[in-house]
Amino acid sequence: MKNKFTIVSIFTLAFCVFTAFINSENPYFIITKKDVELKIPKGFPKPIYKFKLNQPTPEGFILGRKLFYDPILSKDSSISCGSCHQRIAAFAHIDHTLSHGINGLIGNRNVPPIQNMIWQTNFMWDGGINHLDLQPIAPITNAIEMNENLKHVIQKLQCNNNYKILFNRAFYDTIITSEKMLKAISQFVGLMISANSRYDKFMRKEDTLSQQELNGLKLFRLHCAACHKEPLFTDNTFRNNGLLTDTSLKDFGRFAITGLEKDKMKFKVPSLRNIEMTYPYMHDGRFRNLKQVVNHYAKGIFLNETDELIRKINLSEKDQVDIISFLKTLTDKTFLYDIRFAEPL
Amino acid sequence: MFLLKKNISIILFIAVLMAAMSFINASEKSKLSIQFHHMVGSKLLKLDSVFYENELNQSFTISKFKYYIGNIQLKKKNGTSFNYNTYFLVNEEEELSKQIELNNIPDGEYNSIRFILGVDSSHNCSGIQTGALDPINAMFWAWNTGYIFLKLDGSSPASNSPKNIFEFHIGGYKQPNNCIREINLNFSNPLIISSTNKSTIHIKTDVIEIFKTPISIDLSKISSVTNHQYSTTIANNYADMFSLITDEK
Repeated sequence: MKNKFTIVSIFTLAFCVFTAFINSENPYFIITKKDVELKIPKGFPKPIYKFKLNQPTPEGFILGRKLFYDPILSKDSSISCGSCHQRIAAFAHIDHTLSHGINGLIGNRNVPPIQNMIWQTNFMWDGGINHLDLQPIAPITNAIEMNENLKHVIQKLQCNNNYKILFNRAFYDTIITSEKMLKAISQFVGLMISANSRYDKFMRKEDTLSQQELNGLKLFRLHCAACHKEPLFTDNTFRNNGLLTDTSLKDFGRFAITGLEKDKMKFKVPSLRNIEMTYPYMHDGRFRNLKQVVNHYAKGIFLNETDELIRKINLSEKDQVDIISFLKTLTDKTFLYDIRFAEPL
Repeated sequence: MFLLKKNISIILFIAVLMAAMSFINASEKSKLSIQFHHMVGSKLLKLDSVFYENELNQSFTISKFKYYIGNIQLKKKNGTSFNYNTYFLVNEEEELSKQIELNNIPDGEYNSIRFILGVDSSHNCSGIQTGALDPINAMFWAWNTGYIFLKLDGSSPASNSPKNIFEFHIGGYKQPNNCIREINLNFSNPLIISSTNKSTIHIKTDVIEIFKTPISIDLSKISSVTNHQYSTTIANNYADMFSLITDEK
């Protein structure tokens, strides 16, 4: 009788520990098929990235997330993608003008957010990278970012039993390759879609905007939307918006990629989604807040080479405030607080 | 009626099977190797230890030499051709990489071989690649997407770069900096591919050609070439570095 009791209590205890363990993983590790389904938001164009060639699965997504937040990708295991791409800032680096890298080094550009990547034709402020799968190689191998080499990263992952299991679950193979690693990251990053801001709800007639926000939208469509094209709020082009070249950074933008004089000081038109959270602004983070940004277009210095679409905008103080109040309707809390993209603890 | 239908389908099946078998018999497929012999003028290429000279009598040594070969096409006498869609990374440091093995070549008499030095635009633009094109091979620019088609590193007293090194890293698939070069080599005697004899093509890759024709490279002025400036100059030079070694070995 006593024996029976001991066995039962041991089983009960084991069961409790087991369920507690399962629950402690919740909800980060519970990624369902529904969580990785690609839903094209209403009004969005057809994506550029072909998920058909890299069909997201819960296992691939979980692997991609693990890699995204794992400093193993850097030379001294000190920084991960997530170190500079913070969820709360739409995966930009909040309140940092220039990117931070290995050994306390400082890069020469402002960390761009990660959102709606599958609609981007090219990546980085200068558009140097032509495919989402290839994007992570740049920060991994950059000497002032993660300073690793790709071959060594694959070796480190291959030596790690946990990764062998995760790669096997995602790709049915314990042999780890750069292709599988990069495709897993693309599954994770590619599903970071922001399309549920107050602006989106307004467009879907699920919410209303205030009079001030509506006036801001009107002014925005009149003066800004040619380049910051709805619904992605970028037209994926490169333009010179009249900023003076920073004499210490000597960054000429797109020129470094094409070598063409006409591309000097051209930078990618960034999306304005979640712009409230991605401060500071511009490729070098020179503007601390949206007021300074709008002020640049209203009063800034414009040069001969400035894009023909960008001309001094005649805006009253009130108009400037209204535009900013509209821009804040692009903050998408559904995306910013999406638990799927959180760092697993 | 049912039986007839069944019989017809069986007969049809056998007929298709026989046709397929005769097709396989009609086109035998064999292997072909291509052996690259790396030379500098008349000398064999040896890394680090041997001094060579360019047209301007500037001496230099070579520490690294590798390049991509792709889109191999073999042309038959009757005008038809056979395309081989695999890329190869030929690397002086790895003996085995200098011998390329092609499988499943239809038997027959071939008059010429054509290939590109480089990586075509579609492989530069369609995301992560595998095999020889895996970016872990360090023949890839991460910050400005694209493959490095050819790497030639070395040092020369004439070079004004730190430690007197020179580095030619040539790539670029877009105009006006397109560095893909098409190579066409005609066999003096037709190349016979059949399952009875193993065929090998011997190709000489002459590094000295990278330094000359059409433009003579002055190492005191040009010691570091990546993309844009001078890359097409070097590409025009390497376009003629391949030639057939006719003697059967």
